[in-house]
This record gives sequence, C-alpha cells and structure tokens, in this order.
Amino acid sequence: MIRFDRVSKRYPPGIDALGDLSFEIAERELAVINGHSGAGKSTLLKLIAAMERPTGGAVLVGGQNVGSLTRSSLPYLRRRIGMIFQDQKLLFDRSAFDNVMLPLEIAGFPPREAAQRVRAALDKVGLGQREKAMPIALSGGEQQRLAIARAVVNRPSLLLADEPTAHLDTDTANDVARIFMEFHRVGVTVLIATYANDLFPRARRLRLDHGKLLT
Amino acid sequence: MSIWLTQHLNALRLALRRLGAMPLNTLLSLLSIGVALALPAGGQMLLANALQLAGTTSTAPQISLFMANAADRRAANEIENRLRRYGGVKQVQFMAREDTLARMKSGQGLREVIDALPTNPFPDAFVITAADDRPEAMEGLAAEFRRWPKVEHVQLDSAWVRRLDALLKLGRTAVILLGVLLGAGLIAITFTTIRMQVLTSRAEIEVSQLLGATDGFIRRPFLYFGALLGLGGGVFAWVLVGAAALWLRTPLGDLVRLYDLTLVIQPLGTLDSALLLAFAASLGWLGALLSLRQHLRQP
Ligand SMILES: Nc1ncnc2c1ncn2[C@@H]1O[C@H](COP(=O)(O)OP(=O)(O)OP(=O)(O)O)[C@@H](O)[C@H]1O
Ligand SMILES: [Mg+2]
Repeated sequence: MIRFDRVSKRYPPGIDALGDLSFEIAERELAVINGHSGAGKSTLLKLIAAMERPTGGAVLVGGQNVGSLTRSSLPYLRRRIGMIFQDQKLLFDRSAFDNVMLPLEIAGFPPREAAQRVRAALDKVGLGQREKAMPIALSGGEQQRLAIARAVVNRPSLLLADEPTAHLDTDTANDVARIFMEFHRVGVTVLIATYANDLFPRARRLRLDHGKLLT
Repeated sequence: MSIWLTQHLNALRLALRRLGAMPLNTLLSLLSIGVALALPAGGQMLLANALQLAGTTSTAPQISLFMANAADRRAANEIENRLRRYGGVKQVQFMAREDTLARMKSGQGLREVIDALPTNPFPDAFVITAADDRPEAMEGLAAEFRRWPKVEHVQLDSAWVRRLDALLKLGRTAVILLGVLLGAGLIAITFTTIRMQVLTSRAEIEVSQLLGATDGFIRRPFLYFGALLGLGGGVFAWVLVGAAALWLRTPLGDLVRLYDLTLVIQPLGTLDSALLLAFAASLGWLGALLSLRQHLRQP
C-alpha cells in the first residue's frame, strides 16, 4: 500500500527532517510511528498525502509515485486518503455536521446519501447528538473525534492520523484508539503518528529518531 | 439530481452565504457597481428615447426652393416641370406667391406690415420631398437646384436632422466609451472584493484542498460570488435608471412639447435590460476569475 524508497526530506534552509528512509506498509496493516518531537513523524505523513514532496527517493501509494503527481491529479489521491491533521484543521465557521459534510461535497456525493453518511460517521465517533454544534463549543476530545469523523466519512482505504490522542486524558485516548482499531478491523490501512507508546499494543511499530528509522 | 447540478447549487449557496456574511461590504460593493453601471445604462436609455423621438417625428426632411422675386410664372412652371422630371425627387408642392401672401395676411399682426408694402414680398416657392432623405443625398439635390436659372435660394430643412444624427452618433460613442470604462471599473471592484474574500477564506480553501478539492471546486463559489455581485449591481443600476426615467418624464415631455413633439420617456427596454444584467454578471464573473488567477495559486 505504501512504500518509501530511500526517501529524504530537507526543508529550506537546510533542515534534514528525514534521511534515507525505506520501509513498506502492507494493505490492511495497522502501523504506529513513534518518535520524539521533531523526529519527522508529521513530515512522513505529509509526504504520503503529498502535502510535501520528497527531496530524494520515491514515495509510492498504491503503486503511484506521489512525489511526481501533477497538481490536477493531486485531489484524486487525497480523496482516497483519510487524514487527521496534528492541528486538526476544523472549520470553525460551520457546524460539526457541515465539517464532516465537506469531503463529500468535494467528492460530489448526492446530498441525501451524503447526509446519511455524515450521520453515520458522527455516530461512529459518538457525536451523533452534537451535529449542530459549532466546533468551538466542543471539548478537545470531541474536536479530535470530529476530525476523525471527517477523515473517515469518505470511507478511505488508507487512514493517516497525526497525534490523534495528544492532549487527551487516558480514557478519552483509549476511546479514540478503539475507533482506529475498528477501522483497522474492517480492512482499512491505518498509519498513526504518536508519542504514546502503549496505546496500540498489537500494532506494528516504526521508530523514528532524528529522521532515521530505528530497527 | 445530477452531481454537476448539486455541486453548482452548493457553490451558489456558499456564495450567497459569503455575501450575507458581510452585509455592509456587500451593500457598498453593490452600490458602487450600481452607480458605475447606471451611467452607461442611463445614457443608453436616453439614447433609445432620442432615437424613438427621431423615428416618430413625421416631418420628413424637405428642401425649400425659392424663385427669384423677379421671375415670372412661366419661369416657375419651367422649374416645376424640371423638378418633376428630375430623378431623386419624390414629391413637388408648388406654393404660388399669391397664396403665400394671402396666408401671411391671415396671420395676426402681419397684415398691416404687408399692406404697407408696395409689392408682394413673397416669391413663388416649391417644397420638395426627396426620394432618398439621407443628409448627403439631400445636400446633393440642393446643390444641383441652386445652379438652375431664376432660382434665388435653396434651403435644406434637414439641417436639424443632420444635427440630430450627429448628436445621436456622438451619444452612442459616449455610451460605448462609458460602458467600457465603467465596465473596467466593475472588474476592478470585483477583483478587490474577491481578493478580500480569498484572504478571509484562507482556512477553508486550504482545508478543502487537503480534502481533495479540485481548483474548479474552490473557484466555483468565488465565481458565483463575483457574478452575483455584478448581477446585483446591474439590478441596482436598472432601478436607478428606471427611477431617473420616471423623474425626467414630466420635465422632458414639457421641453420637447415646445418643439411640437411628444415624448413619454421610457425606462430601459427588455433587450437593453437583459443586456445590462448579462453584461454586469459576466463582468463580475470575469473580475472574479482574474482575481482568482492572481490570488489563489500562491500558498
Ligand atoms: N515547513 C517546515 N519548514 C522547515 N522546517 C520544518 C518544517 N516542518 C518541519 N520542519 C522541521 O522538520 C523536523 C521534523 O518535523 P516534524 O513536524 O516532522 O516532526 P514531528 O516528529 O512531527 O514532531 P512533533 O512530534 O513535535 O509533531 C523538525 O526539525 C522541524 O523543525
Ligand atoms: Mg508532528
């Protein structure tokens, strides 16, 4: 599903975030990227979603080299990926329902079917009763779950999550982790970047240290 | 409902929401666009009315030909025959000097003056209608008649037609010029408005792109926004021009009545109105498009 082939990423003016990274993640796999702050976890996920381009090597998603995608084919890659961003990127001027609706509007879903899917996604993360709430009126954990609902509403085959449990208490973090486990169980490839070492005991573990993979 | 229609309806809804989100800004934009468009639209309205006036004025342009005072009736008959045979002359009306004298005497105040004169001061005259009443053709006829014997004076009654014609041509040029200038103004207004919109919607644009939105998807609501702004301004201009027409109706009617004409000034016609609105909406759309070219690509 995902293959990194001697990938490196250097940000201007010369910060090496990732160096010579090679690994593979199979379809339906659940993998966790651990590492200290600044290790390059976010960068790694951004390369997969083509939010950044590698400065060396190749990133392949479903056999497609995402570093060489044209601007016009980028949207179609992103629609196949559900992404939860470290800073969540919720839109604070629209309701929870409308936030989750956005990916479906973008993909051009018929409104009826879309509304059903939005409700299903909100139910799944336990926000079924809060669809009219504005994000600002949600707690940190609820916002986190709203971001998850938005990422999965399109039923992507690949789910990327960047620190989905940061700032959450243990119980809430466990709830969130359980949601990811469920998606993994129904066949979604899940890749999670987190400092938390113990949330996904059965997951495959990739350890990043200063942009290098520890084995 | 097709996906295409759904997406366009969504974009339209979003554009309306953005317009409604800043009502004061929207109102001011509509006001400036409306006033800008009202000038050429008002010009067009006046022009259409002037054309209408010129068209209904039945006094076809004519040529008056006056014989020399010393010329006798035989000379006049010769000229009449010549006129009737002459190509390009449609109608000839002879006005005998005696008749003219009698008609003038019946007029108030002139009788004493005319009675005091030893001889009839009026010459024999002809009123000629030309087959071709374009100013150039009539000038040609008049010049020809002036060369004929015993003809004292040839007067072109079409001078005012020519003047009106020139005036209307000038008016049309002015309307087009105004239209171009203020159309550019409209583009400039939507350009900056859309720029502001793009800046305030940064987060939304970024998130949409990350969620797989195409450039077309992101552009669409802004294009609708620009087109709606233009359309709204066009409607506003239309109302302004209509109000001006109503307001001018009495004073202008009184004015042209002094010239024995009647004019009930009309607001913009259906075609002109449709053109105004289409023009306004497409310029708004164009302004938005140019603005998006400029402001959307940069991260
Ligand atoms: N846009 C950028 N421009 C320059 N340097 C960057 C940029 N983004 C990240 N970096 C640098 O790249 C390195 C890796 O950053 P990254 O965000 O991938 O780390 P991380 O593992 O996600 O850290 P954290 O756990 O704190 O989120 C850091 O040294 C960071 O300063
Ligand atoms: Mg990070």
